[in-house]
Amino acid sequence: MSTPLSASVEVGAATARPRLASGFWRRALRHRSFVTGGTLSLVVLCAALLSLVWTPWSAYEIDVASKLRPPSAAHWLGTDVLGRDIVSLLLVGARSTIMVGIIAVGIGLTFGVCLGLIAAARKGWTEEIIMRMSDFTFAFPAVLSAIMLAAVFGPGMVTSIVAIGIFQIPTLVRLTRGSANAIWAREFVLAARACGKGGFRITIEHVLPNVLPILIVQSTIQFALAILAEAALSYLGLGTQPPQPSWGRMLNDAQTLLFQSPMLAVYPGAAIAIAVLGLNLFGDGLRDLLDPRLARER
Amino acid sequence: MSGSGNAPLIEVSDLGVRLNTSRGPAQAVRGVSFSLRRGETLGLVGESGCGKSVTALALMGLLPDSAVISGSIRLDGMELVGLPDANYCKLRGNRISMIFQEPMTALNPMHTIGRQVAEPLRRHTNCSAGEARKQAIALLDRVGLPDAAKRVDAYPHQFSGGQRQRVTIAMALACQPEVLIADEPTTALDVTIQGQILDLIADIVAERGMSMILISHDLGVIAENVQRMMVMYGGTVVESGATDAVFTRMGHPYTQGLFRARPRLGARKGTRLKTIAGTVPELADLPSGCTFADRCAIVEDRCRVAPPAAVDVGAGHGVRCLRTDVSMAEAVGVLGA
Repeated sequence: MSTPLSASVEVGAATARPRLASGFWRRALRHRSFVTGGTLSLVVLCAALLSLVWTPWSAYEIDVASKLRPPSAAHWLGTDVLGRDIVSLLLVGARSTIMVGIIAVGIGLTFGVCLGLIAAARKGWTEEIIMRMSDFTFAFPAVLSAIMLAAVFGPGMVTSIVAIGIFQIPTLVRLTRGSANAIWAREFVLAARACGKGGFRITIEHVLPNVLPILIVQSTIQFALAILAEAALSYLGLGTQPPQPSWGRMLNDAQTLLFQSPMLAVYPGAAIAIAVLGLNLFGDGLRDLLDPRLARER
Repeated sequence: MSGSGNAPLIEVSDLGVRLNTSRGPAQAVRGVSFSLRRGETLGLVGESGCGKSVTALALMGLLPDSAVISGSIRLDGMELVGLPDANYCKLRGNRISMIFQEPMTALNPMHTIGRQVAEPLRRHTNCSAGEARKQAIALLDRVGLPDAAKRVDAYPHQFSGGQRQRVTIAMALACQPEVLIADEPTTALDVTIQGQILDLIADIVAERGMSMILISHDLGVIAENVQRMMVMYGGTVVESGATDAVFTRMGHPYTQGLFRARPRLGARKGTRLKTIAGTVPELADLPSGCTFADRCAIVEDRCRVAPPAAVDVGAGHGVRCLRTDVSMAEAVGVLGA
């Protein structure tokens, strides 16, 4: 067959892309929650990076003589029950918090999204098996799977990360599969099939992009849950091992001194709140910016 | 591709589709047979739930996996019923294309229209991204999208309904298919846009010598746009023939009912539209005889015994009715009114 179409139209292929990208950043910088959330997340990230090269005091140095000091010029936020500098602990703690959060959510997303998309695309027995398996995993709380893993591999940060990651999978499987099923029922998927696309390409090109905004927002919530789960596991002695500090451990150490030095709980609590809030706002903003229909400046 | 112009491009014989619904199996399509030659246009008309869209989806191989298809669908001599999905994917969008009813939802909101029009080209031909983009712009230009070269990177929500339908038409036409199935392409559009879109489709079909199956519940749309038509009711074809012949003879009581039920300009104020008494039968529970028997004014006991066979009332004009003598005598009165 010949091509009767005239292809004489001028094409702006080279000029279109960069314009689109700069438009994204222009919109991003005007998006209030994206900027706020991004700044807060960046502060936490910088704290973690800073701790690699510099902390006011060593986070591991115990000085029982100067324990529970109030804030001073030497110790900006005071010291804890073992005389360690709070600022240094917070900085180093940011490291483990971010690591646990990112890796655990990463594990959850990788497995959860893949399984959810497969379940929605294949239906039938495949879907049934994936969903029943995720129900089964869902029945075990993170603490329980952490205890099981710790019994086999010994307690530690890796064990707690894996346990939290596994705990995240079923939530994300359900969310992905539910949203993906809704997308599969849309007419543009039928239209894509009418164009000759197979299940895999439709999943990658049509289902995933439409599910992504929901996943981004859910990931920020999962990140917050991971930080809290890490705190709980540290408390049980299954998470980050002493002397390695983490925000969750600091919070739980402060629990016994709540009436003597309430500020000891406030600092790590505030740090967790800032990280979680920052990520939630960031995720919200990202969702708005990625959705072409919501691409208005606000 | 066979070169002979007279061999049918699409040949459907005794097509049956059983769908598994929540109320049990439903025989959505029964004994549908037709053939379509290259360059020929065919209309499918009937009310909601009569099996028009199911027939179209069966041709596209897009029915749900639970649907049971019997009979035969041949494209250029190749049997399509039972064809593995991987092979079907190579046909869809390439040799058979479809335009959908609802342009608001038939486009992916997350991708630019240029990408969506270029997609079938990238899929079925070996052209580069740049080449596909160039062709996409040319196609968008052809379907009358103003400023195609500038708007190719816009998203679907930035277009009106009529413009979106133009985009879906461009998408369907991208690979120069031999058969175009248009499933109520103008139902969701303004009346003023309807005509433009139908003219566009007709122009392109004629220009490229494509075959077209146009599905509509609008007799006016069918009358103006296709050479042959089939009237469907309860999953069966009750009347089929050349469009002119069907409109002049009106062999089946159901066709007459549809014709009487259309609104007319210039009718006296206060004149009520004629309706067909009763409702469409449940597809899960079809009567053993003529499917239209319960709503037919001239029904007899023998109509309820077995499904009537097609009766030839003219050259290539078949009617599935036992009482064509009476019904056609009445139809003359209809036209005279």
